[in-house]
Amino acid sequence: MSSPQYETFETDVLVLGAGGAGLRGAIAAAEAGARVLIVCKSLLGKAHTVMAEGGVAAAMHNVAYQDSWEVHFADTMKGGKLINNWRMAELHAKESPERVLELERWGALFDRTWQGRIHQRPFGAHTYPRLAHIGDRTGLELIRTLQDRAVHTPGVEVHMEVTVFRLLKSGGAIAGALAYRRSDGSLILYRCGALLLATGGTGKMYKVTSNSWESTGDGTALAYEAGAQLRDMEMVQFHPTGMVWPVGVRGILVTEGVRGEGGVLRNKDGERFMERYDHERMELSSRDVVARAINSEVGAGRGSPHGGVFLDITHRKPEFIKSKLPSMYEQFLKLAKVDITRQPMEVAPTIHYAMGGVLVDAETGASSVSGLYAAGEVAAGLHGANRLGGNSLSDLLVFGKRAGDAAGAAVKQHARAAKARLDQGQIDDAVASLMAPLDRPAGESPYKLQVEIQEAMTRYAPIVRDQAGLEEGLEAILELGARAGRCGTGGSKSLDFNPGWHTAGDLRSMLVNAEALLRSALERKESRGAHARSDFPKTDDALGALNFVAEKSADGMVIKTAPIPAMPDYLADAVRHSYARYTPEERE
Amino acid sequence: MNTTMNISDLELSVWRGSAQGGELVPYRVPVREGMVVLDAVLWVQANLASDLAVRWNCKAAKCGSCSAEINGFPRLMCKTPIAEYGDHVTVRPMKTFPVIKDLVTDVSWNYEVNKQIPPFTPSQKDMTSSEPWRMQQQDVERSMEFRKCIECFLCQDVCHVLRNHDSKAVFYGPRFMIRIASLEMHPKDVLDRTALVKEKAGVGYCNITKCCTEVCPEHIKITDNAIIPLKERMDDAYFDPIRSLLGRFGGRPKQGEA
Repeated sequence: MSSPQYETFETDVLVLGAGGAGLRGAIAAAEAGARVLIVCKSLLGKAHTVMAEGGVAAAMHNVAYQDSWEVHFADTMKGGKLINNWRMAELHAKESPERVLELERWGALFDRTWQGRIHQRPFGAHTYPRLAHIGDRTGLELIRTLQDRAVHTPGVEVHMEVTVFRLLKSGGAIAGALAYRRSDGSLILYRCGALLLATGGTGKMYKVTSNSWESTGDGTALAYEAGAQLRDMEMVQFHPTGMVWPVGVRGILVTEGVRGEGGVLRNKDGERFMERYDHERMELSSRDVVARAINSEVGAGRGSPHGGVFLDITHRKPEFIKSKLPSMYEQFLKLAKVDITRQPMEVAPTIHYAMGGVLVDAETGASSVSGLYAAGEVAAGLHGANRLGGNSLSDLLVFGKRAGDAAGAAVKQHARAAKARLDQGQIDDAVASLMAPLDRPAGESPYKLQVEIQEAMTRYAPIVRDQAGLEEGLEAILELGARAGRCGTGGSKSLDFNPGWHTAGDLRSMLVNAEALLRSALERKESRGAHARSDFPKTDDALGALNFVAEKSADGMVIKTAPIPAMPDYLADAVRHSYARYTPEERE
Repeated sequence: MNTTMNISDLELSVWRGSAQGGELVPYRVPVREGMVVLDAVLWVQANLASDLAVRWNCKAAKCGSCSAEINGFPRLMCKTPIAEYGDHVTVRPMKTFPVIKDLVTDVSWNYEVNKQIPPFTPSQKDMTSSEPWRMQQQDVERSMEFRKCIECFLCQDVCHVLRNHDSKAVFYGPRFMIRIASLEMHPKDVLDRTALVKEKAGVGYCNITKCCTEVCPEHIKITDNAIIPLKERMDDAYFDPIRSLLGRFGGRPKQGEA
């Protein structure tokens, strides 16, 4: 085969993803003097960040004067069941107020308190009202503000609807990436000095998810293939409240803001069942607890007609609901014909967020591969075993900036983009495997395989898991992997905007993520946070002292353990104090 | 719990083609309760035509990707229940933008326009102050309406200045009128964009047919709350004889000009 044709672009920092983390990282790297190229899988401004509804968690104590970074830190660690990277949790709690105020100075308009400060709303497992918000469309405002800032920052360029399918290395360091442009299927070779992954999550490997088609875990898979380590891959978050009816909208997110503004959960008998699961925090318990509670209620036959439970906010005034939760009001009225000011919503857990991802350095977002950085949902550590609502938008801002700063500084030190030698064999091989499905008219449909992956994960790695199921799941995923290698586009040879062909590429990412999840989940023989096992229903202290790390070896994927270093006294004290004061029943 | 059932079949006609031309292709799609047009299109993609090009992301009317003309009316496919149409639905790409393939159009012009609008600019004093800003809710709410925009570009699609007269060179379109309005009405913004509104943005081309307001999935009152106030601002600055006279004797000083 002759060498493939491709366009070449050269930049200092290549950013994959234009959600909150990618945009914030790009701005930081450009401000550090680097040339930055943002590559995004969809159009600019459509990234998953726009879906974030509730708000940004930041201990600004505008509403509760007692709040402080220590309490936010402790809430985050407790939510993550203490397997978080505590240094990330510390940086996050300390720096998020600054990042929110910075966003305001870039033009974001938040809801205000009567004194004119940024208003903060209560949210699950946050001790104090802490979420800076804009109605229930905080993510949209965040992305528009960053989008505008980025396109007006000199040195930032954007390539839209381009998908990266392979990272390229030179001498052990990241030196570029191969991609295709959706509009015409043409190939692009990017050369770069550093690469920041900000590709978001993996939710599409499940059937019922709040995630879009894009969330196929590309970043984790690309990093894994390039030799980086992935941690906590067993930890995926079921958001307690997704829509359940009608079928077409199943999985669409119902913001936690509904509960933050006073919404209550009831089973079909009208019982406010959270009383039995967390009588102190009730509906505002952490997401893993609420999701499992709903799962148990439905399992025990106390669910709503369509297999969920009721979420009721009708005791609030209609004007209040419409002003605080405008898009929820609209969403239910339009899609389910339910007026949430008068009727309860039907909700059930939906796959929402990956706590696991690329293992990174807390200060810089650097992965274990030289020149490769990660921030946002694709990176792991901050959230441990369970993410608190609102901690994701602050995560994007804090670590997007940190990773962008570090990547920008690194390329200044060694400007190697242009000089790096790229192995042609590596490129040819990657292109050949991308193109192969076009030459297999009789191969299986990539859509069908995608559905089978989703069905396998939904069946074998649900909210509550067990050994036998996970093993069967792993077997199924490995078999699907073999079949995905033979899939075809049904005769279509067209490179122009060909979703079937693109889906064939996405399968590879999904399979890496699914395998890492199942293998890590098998190793964690305990229940902790989002990872619940019916065969090991208790938390095991010994396992609480380590993270599981997935890595590529000559024989395929291996899972290693990484011990968690001891917290310094001032952080350990903050956690101890928090357990004693706020949640005594959780104390060991 | 399995409550899905096929109520009946739907004939879904989808425009298939490229910049060189195309045609409506009919597909039979099994209908499920609560199905939206996007579900039907994705069903065709998964089962009958794997290379059917369509843009979509969130499927929850939050990202504004799946804009199309459904039975001739510009709408979001993810928010349009099949039940509204009976057993025949026609889906075409947005007409105002060049077709890339099938339902996907080239909307890059919008991003070019956005770049031309000077960004949020606070006063020097606000910029350098170390104190967090204070703003009142009622002051921020005015601009907030425009910030609900999900950039689906349906308003651009329906606007006859862009659609029928292809005047993209002289008129920014409704989307960017509300973008400008959202900056102009930001309590901390001090830049004056009136010259831009009059000249490059071409607000004068809008003759207030309010079609944009009608198609906006976020129910933003584009014409009443953004375009008309911008027109008034332009009139005040350029065509008001009394103000123009006063201006000669030194009116309110502008802090900056776009």
